[in-house]
Amino acid sequence: MRLSLALAALALVAAAPPTRRLAVELPDAEGLLPERYGVSSEAVNNNCLACHSAAMITAQPRLTRVQWGETITKMRTVYAAPIDPADDKAILDWLVAD
Amino acid sequence: MAPDGGERYTIPMLTRRTLIASALAAPAAAQVDLGFADNGLRPTTRAFPQKGEMILQRSTPPLLETPLSVFDAHDFTPNDRFYVRWHYPFPTSIDPTKHRLRVGGHVGKPLELSLADLARLPRVAIAAVNQCAGNGRGLFSPRMAGAQWGNGAMGNALWEGVRLKDVLALAGVRPGAVAVRCGGLDTPLVEAAPDFEKSLPIDHALTDDVLIAWGMNGQPLPLLNGFPLRLVVPGWYSTYWVKMLDHIEVLDKADEGFWMAKAYLQPANALADVVPGAPAGPRVPVTIMRPRAVITNITDNSKLPPRSLTPVQGLAFGGDQGVKKVELSADGGRSWVPAQLGPDHGRYSFRRFRGALALGPGRHIILARATNAAGVSQPLTQNWNPSGYNRAGVDPVRVEIA
Repeated sequence: MRLSLALAALALVAAAPPTRRLAVELPDAEGLLPERYGVSSEAVNNNCLACHSAAMITAQPRLTRVQWGETITKMRTVYAAPIDPADDKAILDWLVAD
Repeated sequence: MAPDGGERYTIPMLTRRTLIASALAAPAAAQVDLGFADNGLRPTTRAFPQKGEMILQRSTPPLLETPLSVFDAHDFTPNDRFYVRWHYPFPTSIDPTKHRLRVGGHVGKPLELSLADLARLPRVAIAAVNQCAGNGRGLFSPRMAGAQWGNGAMGNALWEGVRLKDVLALAGVRPGAVAVRCGGLDTPLVEAAPDFEKSLPIDHALTDDVLIAWGMNGQPLPLLNGFPLRLVVPGWYSTYWVKMLDHIEVLDKADEGFWMAKAYLQPANALADVVPGAPAGPRVPVTIMRPRAVITNITDNSKLPPRSLTPVQGLAFGGDQGVKKVELSADGGRSWVPAQLGPDHGRYSFRRFRGALALGPGRHIILARATNAAGVSQPLTQNWNPSGYNRAGVDPVRVEIA
Protein backbone atom coordinates (compact mmCIF):
# COMPACT_ATOMS: atom_id res chain seq x y z
CA MET A 1 0.00 0.00 0.00
CA ARG A 2 2.73 2.43 0.96
CA LEU A 3 4.69 1.49 -2.14
CA SER A 4 1.79 2.09 -4.52
CA LEU A 5 1.15 5.50 -2.93
CA ALA A 6 4.81 6.37 -3.42
CA LEU A 7 4.67 5.36 -7.07
CA ALA A 8 1.52 7.41 -7.62
CA ALA A 9 3.28 10.41 -6.13
CA LEU A 10 6.21 9.88 -8.48
CA ALA A 11 4.01 9.64 -11.54
CA LEU A 12 2.33 12.97 -10.75
CA VAL A 13 5.49 15.03 -10.72
CA ALA A 14 6.62 14.36 -14.29
CA ALA A 15 6.92 17.89 -15.64
CA ALA A 16 6.96 19.36 -19.12
CA PRO A 17 10.30 19.60 -20.96
CA PRO A 18 12.28 22.86 -20.79
CA THR A 19 11.63 25.57 -23.36
CA ARG A 20 14.11 28.29 -22.34
CA ARG A 21 17.62 28.57 -23.76
CA LEU A 22 20.32 27.71 -21.25
CA ALA A 23 23.65 29.47 -21.64
CA VAL A 24 26.47 29.11 -19.12
CA GLU A 25 30.08 30.11 -18.81
CA LEU A 26 32.74 27.68 -17.70
CA PRO A 27 35.60 28.82 -15.49
CA ASP A 28 39.17 28.99 -16.74
CA ALA A 29 41.34 25.89 -16.54
CA GLU A 30 43.98 25.35 -13.86
CA GLY A 31 46.73 26.96 -15.86
CA LEU A 32 50.16 25.79 -16.92
CA LEU A 33 52.23 23.22 -15.10
CA PRO A 34 55.31 24.64 -13.34
CA GLU A 35 58.91 23.57 -13.67
CA ARG A 36 59.67 20.73 -11.22
CA TYR A 37 63.04 20.12 -9.58
CA GLY A 38 64.70 22.02 -12.37
CA VAL A 39 62.98 20.00 -15.11
CA SER A 40 61.26 22.13 -17.73
CA SER A 41 57.48 21.77 -18.13
CA GLU A 42 57.47 23.21 -21.63
CA ALA A 43 56.95 19.87 -23.42
CA VAL A 44 54.18 18.72 -21.10
CA ASN A 45 52.44 22.10 -21.33
CA ASN A 46 52.68 22.16 -25.11
CA ASN A 47 51.51 18.59 -25.70
CA CYS A 48 49.16 17.65 -22.88
CA LEU A 49 46.93 20.59 -22.04
CA ALA A 50 44.99 21.04 -25.27
CA CYS A 51 42.51 18.25 -24.54
CA HIS A 52 42.51 18.28 -20.73
CA SER A 53 43.58 20.72 -18.08
CA ALA A 54 46.57 20.33 -15.79
CA ALA A 55 44.72 18.73 -12.88
CA MET A 56 44.26 15.52 -14.87
CA ILE A 57 48.01 15.11 -14.52
CA THR A 58 48.59 16.52 -11.04
CA ALA A 59 45.75 14.45 -9.54
CA GLN A 60 47.34 11.13 -10.51
CA PRO A 61 49.01 8.87 -7.97
CA ARG A 62 52.72 8.22 -8.23
CA LEU A 63 53.14 6.37 -11.53
CA THR A 64 56.30 4.84 -12.98
CA ARG A 65 57.99 6.09 -16.13
CA VAL A 66 56.67 2.94 -17.85
CA GLN A 67 53.09 3.67 -16.73
CA TRP A 68 53.32 7.29 -17.87
CA GLY A 69 54.75 6.05 -21.17
CA GLU A 70 51.69 3.83 -21.59
CA THR A 71 49.48 6.83 -20.92
CA ILE A 72 51.24 8.86 -23.64
CA THR A 73 50.79 5.94 -26.04
CA LYS A 74 47.09 5.75 -25.17
CA MET A 75 46.61 9.48 -25.72
CA ARG A 76 48.33 9.21 -29.09
CA THR A 77 46.79 5.98 -30.41
CA VAL A 78 43.27 6.17 -28.93
CA TYR A 79 42.59 9.90 -28.73
CA ALA A 80 44.75 10.88 -31.70
CA ALA A 81 46.59 13.44 -29.59
CA PRO A 82 49.19 15.15 -31.81
CA ILE A 83 52.05 14.58 -29.37
CA ASP A 84 55.40 15.09 -31.05
CA PRO A 85 57.40 11.85 -30.54
CA ALA A 86 60.49 14.01 -30.19
CA ASP A 87 58.93 15.44 -27.02
CA ASP A 88 58.26 12.10 -25.30
CA LYS A 89 61.50 12.12 -23.33
CA ALA A 90 61.00 15.67 -22.08
CA ILE A 91 57.38 14.92 -21.14
CA LEU A 92 58.36 11.80 -19.23
CA ASP A 93 61.27 13.56 -17.53
CA TRP A 94 58.85 16.11 -16.10
CA LEU A 95 56.17 13.57 -15.13
CA VAL A 96 58.58 11.53 -13.01
CA ALA A 97 60.70 14.45 -11.76
CA ASP A 98 61.26 13.79 -8.08
CA MET B 1 28.44 13.76 -33.47
CA ALA B 2 29.59 17.24 -34.26
CA PRO B 3 26.87 19.77 -33.47
CA ASP B 4 25.70 21.43 -36.64
CA GLY B 5 25.74 25.16 -36.63
CA GLY B 6 26.65 27.72 -34.01
CA GLU B 7 23.11 28.95 -33.64
CA ARG B 8 21.84 26.08 -31.58
CA TYR B 9 25.00 25.20 -29.72
CA THR B 10 28.22 26.95 -28.79
CA ILE B 11 31.39 25.10 -27.87
CA PRO B 12 34.12 26.95 -25.97
CA MET B 13 37.76 26.36 -26.78
CA LEU B 14 40.60 25.88 -24.33
CA THR B 15 43.26 28.31 -25.45
CA ARG B 16 46.81 28.89 -24.35
CA ARG B 17 45.85 32.45 -23.47
CA THR B 18 43.14 31.38 -21.01
CA LEU B 19 45.53 28.83 -19.52
CA ILE B 20 48.11 31.46 -18.80
CA ALA B 21 45.56 33.96 -17.53
CA SER B 22 44.12 31.49 -15.06
CA ALA B 23 47.55 30.44 -13.81
CA LEU B 24 48.20 34.04 -12.82
CA ALA B 25 44.78 34.53 -11.29
CA ALA B 26 44.46 31.20 -9.45
CA PRO B 27 42.67 31.96 -6.19
CA ALA B 28 43.46 30.24 -2.91
CA ALA B 29 40.93 27.46 -2.40
CA ALA B 30 39.65 25.32 0.43
CA GLN B 31 40.89 21.77 0.32
CA VAL B 32 39.42 18.39 1.13
CA ASP B 33 41.33 15.20 1.84
CA LEU B 34 39.81 12.27 -0.07
CA GLY B 35 41.75 9.81 2.08
CA PHE B 36 43.91 8.28 -0.65
CA ALA B 37 47.23 6.64 0.25
CA ASP B 38 48.95 9.33 -1.84
CA ASN B 39 47.97 12.66 -3.41
CA GLY B 40 44.42 12.85 -2.03
CA LEU B 41 44.13 16.59 -1.39
CA ARG B 42 41.76 18.41 -3.75
CA PRO B 43 40.57 22.01 -3.88
CA THR B 44 36.88 22.77 -3.69
CA THR B 45 35.27 25.17 -6.12
CA ARG B 46 32.12 27.23 -6.56
CA ALA B 47 33.14 28.43 -10.01
CA PHE B 48 31.02 26.08 -12.13
CA PRO B 49 27.64 27.12 -13.55
CA GLN B 50 24.54 25.81 -11.75
CA LYS B 51 26.79 24.19 -9.14
CA GLY B 52 27.45 24.93 -5.50
CA GLU B 53 30.60 23.85 -3.69
CA MET B 54 32.14 20.85 -5.47
CA ILE B 55 35.43 18.99 -5.24
CA LEU B 56 37.55 19.99 -8.23
CA GLN B 57 39.11 16.95 -9.89
CA ARG B 58 39.67 18.60 -13.27
CA SER B 59 38.31 21.79 -14.76
CA THR B 60 38.51 20.91 -18.46
CA PRO B 61 36.62 18.86 -19.46
CA PRO B 62 35.01 19.08 -16.02
CA LEU B 63 35.31 16.37 -13.40
CA LEU B 64 33.52 17.59 -10.26
CA GLU B 65 33.00 15.38 -7.24
CA THR B 66 30.18 15.60 -4.68
CA PRO B 67 31.39 16.16 -1.09
CA LEU B 68 30.50 13.44 1.43
CA SER B 69 28.52 15.92 3.56
CA VAL B 70 25.96 16.28 0.75
CA PHE B 71 25.17 12.56 0.93
CA ASP B 72 24.83 12.82 4.68
CA ALA B 73 22.14 15.48 4.29
CA HIS B 74 20.10 14.26 1.29
CA ASP B 75 18.57 11.04 -0.03
CA PHE B 76 18.13 12.89 -3.35
CA THR B 77 21.36 14.61 -4.31
CA PRO B 78 20.59 18.27 -5.07
CA ASN B 79 21.15 19.20 -8.71
CA ASP B 80 23.65 21.89 -7.75
CA ARG B 81 25.77 19.36 -5.87
CA PHE B 82 25.45 16.45 -8.32
CA TYR B 83 28.79 15.17 -9.64
CA VAL B 84 29.93 15.97 -13.17
CA ARG B 85 31.97 13.91 -15.61
CA TRP B 86 32.77 14.78 -19.24
CA HIS B 87 35.22 13.15 -21.64
CA TYR B 88 35.08 15.82 -24.33
CA PRO B 89 34.08 19.46 -24.89
CA PHE B 90 30.36 20.20 -25.09
CA PRO B 91 28.13 23.16 -25.99
CA THR B 92 27.61 25.76 -23.28
CA SER B 93 24.55 27.35 -24.87
CA ILE B 94 21.57 25.23 -25.88
CA ASP B 95 18.11 26.19 -27.12
CA PRO B 96 15.89 23.26 -26.12
CA THR B 97 13.16 24.26 -28.57
CA LYS B 98 15.64 23.75 -31.41
CA HIS B 99 17.22 20.59 -30.04
CA ARG B 100 16.47 17.48 -32.09
CA LEU B 101 16.79 13.80 -31.24
CA ARG B 102 17.49 11.74 -34.36
CA VAL B 103 16.42 8.09 -34.27
CA GLY B 104 17.72 5.96 -37.09
CA GLY B 105 19.59 2.84 -38.14
CA HIS B 106 17.77 -0.47 -38.20
CA VAL B 107 14.28 1.03 -37.93
CA GLY B 108 11.24 1.23 -40.15
CA LYS B 109 10.95 5.01 -40.06
CA PRO B 110 13.86 7.30 -39.13
CA LEU B 111 12.72 10.22 -36.96
CA GLU B 112 13.82 13.64 -35.86
CA LEU B 113 12.05 14.50 -32.63
CA SER B 114 11.75 17.77 -30.74
CA LEU B 115 11.29 17.89 -26.99
CA ALA B 116 7.65 18.78 -27.65
CA ASP B 117 7.33 15.61 -29.73
CA LEU B 118 8.78 13.56 -26.87
CA ALA B 119 6.42 15.22 -24.40
CA ARG B 120 3.42 13.69 -26.20
CA LEU B 121 4.55 10.21 -25.09
CA PRO B 122 3.54 8.83 -21.66
CA ARG B 123 5.63 10.53 -18.99
CA VAL B 124 7.52 8.56 -16.39
CA ALA B 125 9.48 9.46 -13.27
CA ILE B 126 11.92 7.14 -11.58
CA ALA B 127 14.35 7.51 -8.67
CA ALA B 128 17.74 6.10 -9.57
CA VAL B 129 21.38 6.24 -8.55
CA ASN B 130 23.80 7.44 -11.20
CA GLN B 131 27.32 6.23 -10.42
CA CYS B 132 30.51 6.49 -12.43
CA ALA B 133 32.09 3.09 -13.16
CA GLY B 134 35.29 4.49 -11.65
CA ASN B 135 33.73 5.80 -8.44
CA GLY B 136 36.21 5.24 -5.59
CA ARG B 137 39.13 4.64 -7.98
CA GLY B 138 41.52 6.69 -5.85
CA LEU B 139 40.85 4.40 -2.89
CA PHE B 140 42.17 1.26 -4.58
CA SER B 141 45.47 -0.30 -3.64
CA PRO B 142 47.55 -0.54 -5.71
CA ARG B 143 46.51 2.67 -7.43
CA MET B 144 45.92 3.04 -11.16
CA ALA B 145 45.82 5.95 -13.64
CA GLY B 146 42.44 7.57 -14.41
CA ALA B 147 40.07 10.04 -12.78
CA GLN B 148 41.03 9.86 -9.10
CA TRP B 149 37.57 9.86 -7.53
CA GLY B 150 36.78 9.37 -3.89
CA ASN B 151 33.29 7.97 -3.32
CA GLY B 152 31.56 11.13 -4.58
CA ALA B 153 31.20 10.22 -8.27
CA MET B 154 27.63 9.18 -7.61
CA GLY B 155 24.26 10.76 -6.97
CA ASN B 156 20.60 9.96 -6.69
CA ALA B 157 17.83 11.87 -8.46
CA LEU B 158 14.23 11.65 -9.54
CA TRP B 159 14.56 11.45 -13.33
CA GLU B 160 11.59 12.53 -15.45
CA GLY B 161 10.94 11.94 -19.10
CA VAL B 162 9.69 9.22 -21.42
CA ARG B 163 10.59 5.60 -22.02
CA LEU B 164 13.27 4.80 -24.58
CA LYS B 165 11.13 1.86 -25.70
CA ASP B 166 8.22 4.20 -26.54
CA VAL B 167 10.54 6.33 -28.68
CA LEU B 168 11.90 3.22 -30.40
CA ALA B 169 8.34 2.04 -31.03
CA LEU B 170 7.61 5.31 -32.89
CA ALA B 171 10.50 4.55 -35.23
CA GLY B 172 9.70 0.83 -35.44
CA VAL B 173 12.60 -1.45 -34.53
CA ARG B 174 13.13 -3.94 -37.35
CA PRO B 175 13.69 -7.67 -36.78
CA GLY B 176 17.34 -8.54 -36.26
CA ALA B 177 18.18 -5.50 -34.10
CA VAL B 178 20.84 -6.33 -31.50
CA ALA B 179 21.80 -3.03 -29.87
CA VAL B 180 20.81 0.61 -29.50
CA ARG B 181 23.66 3.12 -29.75
CA CYS B 182 23.29 6.57 -28.18
CA GLY B 183 25.37 9.70 -28.55
CA GLY B 184 25.26 13.32 -27.48
CA LEU B 185 26.50 16.77 -28.38
CA ASP B 186 29.94 16.34 -26.83
CA THR B 187 32.68 16.27 -29.45
CA PRO B 188 36.38 15.49 -29.23
CA LEU B 189 38.72 18.41 -29.87
CA VAL B 190 40.81 16.18 -32.15
CA GLU B 191 38.69 15.04 -35.07
CA ALA B 192 40.26 11.57 -35.29
CA ALA B 193 39.42 10.77 -31.65
CA PRO B 194 36.49 8.37 -31.18
CA ASP B 195 33.12 10.06 -30.65
CA PHE B 196 31.58 9.20 -27.29
CA GLU B 197 28.79 6.71 -28.01
CA LYS B 198 27.43 3.89 -25.84
CA SER B 199 25.20 0.96 -26.69
CA LEU B 200 22.59 -0.99 -24.79
CA PRO B 201 21.70 -4.54 -25.81
CA ILE B 202 18.31 -4.34 -27.56
CA ASP B 203 16.61 -6.41 -24.84
CA HIS B 204 17.69 -3.94 -22.19
CA ALA B 205 16.85 -0.89 -24.31
CA LEU B 206 13.27 -2.18 -24.55
CA THR B 207 12.74 -2.57 -20.79
CA ASP B 208 10.29 -0.25 -19.00
CA ASP B 209 12.84 1.50 -16.80
CA VAL B 210 15.22 2.96 -19.40
CA LEU B 211 14.27 6.60 -19.90
CA ILE B 212 15.06 9.61 -22.02
CA ALA B 213 14.91 12.26 -19.31
CA TRP B 214 14.68 16.04 -19.34
CA GLY B 215 13.83 16.46 -15.67
CA MET B 216 16.02 15.94 -12.62
CA ASN B 217 14.55 16.41 -9.16
CA GLY B 218 11.72 18.52 -10.58
CA GLN B 219 13.96 20.86 -12.60
CA PRO B 220 15.46 20.77 -16.09
CA LEU B 221 18.78 18.92 -16.16
CA PRO B 222 21.68 21.23 -15.30
CA LEU B 223 23.79 21.84 -18.39
CA LEU B 224 26.72 19.99 -16.82
CA ASN B 225 24.47 16.97 -16.19
CA GLY B 226 23.27 16.75 -19.79
CA PHE B 227 20.71 19.47 -20.61
CA PRO B 228 18.36 19.14 -22.37
CA LEU B 229 18.08 15.32 -22.59
CA ARG B 230 19.96 12.38 -21.16
CA LEU B 231 19.58 8.66 -21.17
CA VAL B 232 18.71 7.13 -17.79
CA VAL B 233 19.66 3.49 -17.34
CA PRO B 234 18.71 2.59 -13.74
CA GLY B 235 20.96 0.01 -12.12
CA TRP B 236 23.67 0.42 -14.77
CA TYR B 237 26.82 2.50 -14.51
CA SER B 238 26.67 6.10 -15.60
CA THR B 239 28.77 5.58 -18.71
CA TYR B 240 25.53 4.50 -20.43
CA TRP B 241 23.57 7.56 -19.27
CA VAL B 242 24.51 9.57 -22.36
CA LYS B 243 24.26 13.33 -21.76
CA MET B 244 22.97 15.96 -24.22
CA LEU B 245 21.46 13.01 -26.08
CA ASP B 246 20.90 13.89 -29.76
CA HIS B 247 21.10 10.64 -31.67
CA ILE B 248 19.99 7.05 -31.30
CA GLU B 249 20.94 4.38 -33.78
CA VAL B 250 19.49 0.87 -33.78
CA LEU B 251 22.20 -1.60 -34.77
CA ASP B 252 21.80 -4.99 -36.44
CA LYS B 253 25.27 -6.06 -35.32
CA ALA B 254 27.42 -5.56 -32.23
CA ASP B 255 28.79 -2.07 -31.60
CA GLU B 256 32.49 -2.20 -32.47
CA GLY B 257 33.08 1.44 -31.56
CA PHE B 258 35.93 2.32 -29.18
CA TRP B 259 33.72 3.19 -26.21
CA MET B 260 32.00 -0.21 -26.28
CA ALA B 261 34.65 -2.55 -27.66
CA LYS B 262 37.79 -1.14 -26.00
CA ALA B 263 36.86 1.18 -23.12
CA TYR B 264 34.89 0.65 -19.92
CA LEU B 265 35.75 -3.06 -19.93
CA GLN B 266 36.21 -5.09 -16.77
CA PRO B 267 37.45 -8.61 -16.04
CA ALA B 268 34.71 -11.10 -16.90
CA ASN B 269 33.74 -12.18 -13.41
CA ALA B 270 30.96 -10.92 -11.16
CA LEU B 271 33.19 -8.76 -8.97
CA ALA B 272 35.48 -7.67 -11.83
CA ASP B 273 38.24 -8.94 -9.58
CA VAL B 274 41.79 -9.91 -10.52
CA VAL B 275 45.02 -10.14 -8.56
CA PRO B 276 47.13 -7.02 -9.18
CA GLY B 277 49.79 -7.81 -11.75
CA ALA B 278 48.06 -10.98 -12.97
CA PRO B 279 46.83 -11.12 -16.60
CA ALA B 280 43.41 -9.45 -16.86
CA GLY B 281 41.98 -12.33 -18.90
CA PRO B 282 38.74 -11.95 -20.88
CA ARG B 283 36.99 -8.61 -20.42
CA VAL B 284 33.37 -7.52 -20.79
CA PRO B 285 31.68 -4.10 -20.72
CA VAL B 286 30.83 -2.72 -17.27
CA THR B 287 27.04 -2.88 -16.87
CA ILE B 288 25.14 -3.51 -13.62
CA MET B 289 26.27 -1.79 -10.44
CA ARG B 290 27.07 -3.77 -7.31
CA PRO B 291 25.41 -3.05 -3.96
CA ARG B 292 27.30 -0.53 -1.83
CA ALA B 293 26.95 1.24 1.49
CA VAL B 294 28.82 4.48 2.14
CA ILE B 295 29.12 5.88 5.67
CA THR B 296 28.46 9.61 5.42
CA ASN B 297 28.50 11.00 8.97
CA ILE B 298 32.06 9.94 9.85
CA THR B 299 35.00 10.65 7.57
CA ASP B 300 37.85 8.18 7.40
CA ASN B 301 40.64 8.85 9.91
CA SER B 302 38.60 11.07 12.18
CA LYS B 303 38.50 11.58 15.94
CA LEU B 304 35.21 11.38 17.81
CA PRO B 305 34.29 12.11 21.43
CA PRO B 306 33.34 9.13 23.61
CA ARG B 307 29.63 8.31 23.74
CA SER B 308 27.76 5.27 24.99
CA LEU B 309 26.66 4.65 21.41
CA THR B 310 28.31 6.21 18.36
CA PRO B 311 25.77 6.93 15.60
CA VAL B 312 26.68 5.61 12.15
CA GLN B 313 24.69 6.85 9.18
CA GLY B 314 25.02 6.65 5.43
CA LEU B 315 23.53 5.83 2.06
CA ALA B 316 23.20 2.44 0.42
CA PHE B 317 22.05 1.23 -2.94
CA GLY B 318 21.51 -2.25 -4.30
CA GLY B 319 22.62 -1.95 -7.94
CA ASP B 320 19.70 -3.10 -10.07
CA GLN B 321 17.81 -4.36 -7.00
CA GLY B 322 16.51 -2.71 -3.87
CA VAL B 323 18.46 -2.64 -0.62
CA LYS B 324 17.47 -5.52 1.64
CA LYS B 325 19.70 -4.73 4.61
CA VAL B 326 22.70 -2.79 5.84
CA GLU B 327 24.76 -4.12 8.73
CA LEU B 328 27.47 -2.52 10.83
CA SER B 329 30.55 -4.04 12.42
CA ALA B 330 33.39 -2.72 14.55
CA ASP B 331 35.25 -6.02 14.95
CA GLY B 332 36.39 -6.73 11.42
CA GLY B 333 33.17 -8.46 10.47
CA ARG B 334 33.09 -11.11 13.22
CA SER B 335 29.79 -9.69 14.46
CA TRP B 336 27.25 -7.44 12.77
CA VAL B 337 24.41 -5.26 14.01
CA PRO B 338 21.58 -4.30 11.67
CA ALA B 339 21.11 -0.65 10.73
CA GLN B 340 17.63 0.81 10.32
CA LEU B 341 16.65 1.61 6.76
CA GLY B 342 15.08 4.95 5.85
CA PRO B 343 12.25 5.62 3.36
CA ASP B 344 12.11 3.40 0.27
CA HIS B 345 12.13 5.61 -2.85
CA GLY B 346 12.24 2.62 -5.21
CA ARG B 347 14.60 -0.21 -6.05
CA TYR B 348 17.18 1.90 -7.90
CA SER B 349 17.37 4.72 -5.35
CA PHE B 350 19.71 5.57 -2.49
CA ARG B 351 18.36 4.21 0.78
CA ARG B 352 19.44 5.84 4.01
CA PHE B 353 20.69 3.70 6.86
CA ARG B 354 21.07 4.64 10.50
CA GLY B 355 22.60 2.61 13.29
CA ALA B 356 24.91 2.83 16.29
CA LEU B 357 27.96 1.05 17.62
CA ALA B 358 29.32 0.84 21.16
CA LEU B 359 32.88 2.10 20.72
CA GLY B 360 35.15 2.50 23.74
CA PRO B 361 38.17 4.79 23.85
CA GLY B 362 40.84 3.90 21.31
CA ARG B 363 41.05 3.15 17.61
CA HIS B 364 38.32 1.35 15.69
CA ILE B 365 37.49 0.36 12.13
CA ILE B 366 33.82 0.71 11.24
CA LEU B 367 32.34 -1.39 8.46
CA ALA B 368 28.95 -0.96 6.76
CA ARG B 369 27.84 -3.76 4.46
CA ALA B 370 24.89 -3.61 2.05
CA THR B 371 22.92 -6.60 0.80
CA ASN B 372 20.44 -6.25 -2.04
CA ALA B 373 17.04 -7.88 -2.59
CA ALA B 374 18.67 -10.64 -4.66
CA GLY B 375 20.89 -11.50 -1.69
CA VAL B 376 24.07 -10.05 -3.23
CA SER B 377 26.30 -8.68 -0.50
CA GLN B 378 29.50 -6.63 -0.36
CA PRO B 379 32.74 -8.57 0.09
CA LEU B 380 34.92 -7.61 3.07
CA THR B 381 38.04 -7.83 0.93
CA GLN B 382 38.14 -5.14 -1.75
CA ASN B 383 37.97 -6.31 -5.37
CA TRP B 384 40.59 -4.91 -7.77
CA ASN B 385 41.10 -4.54 -11.52
CA PRO B 386 43.58 -2.58 -13.65
CA SER B 387 41.05 0.12 -14.63
CA GLY B 388 39.64 0.68 -11.15
CA TYR B 389 36.03 -0.09 -12.08
CA ASN B 390 33.16 -1.63 -10.16
CA ARG B 391 34.47 -0.98 -6.64
CA ALA B 392 32.28 -3.33 -4.63
CA GLY B 393 33.87 -4.12 -1.28
CA VAL B 394 33.11 -2.66 2.12
CA ASP B 395 34.91 0.66 2.65
CA PRO B 396 36.46 0.65 6.15
CA VAL B 397 36.20 3.92 8.10
CA ARG B 398 38.94 4.43 10.71
CA VAL B 399 38.04 6.37 13.85
CA GLU B 400 39.68 7.20 17.13
CA ILE B 401 37.49 7.68 20.18
CA ALA B 402 39.23 10.13 22.47
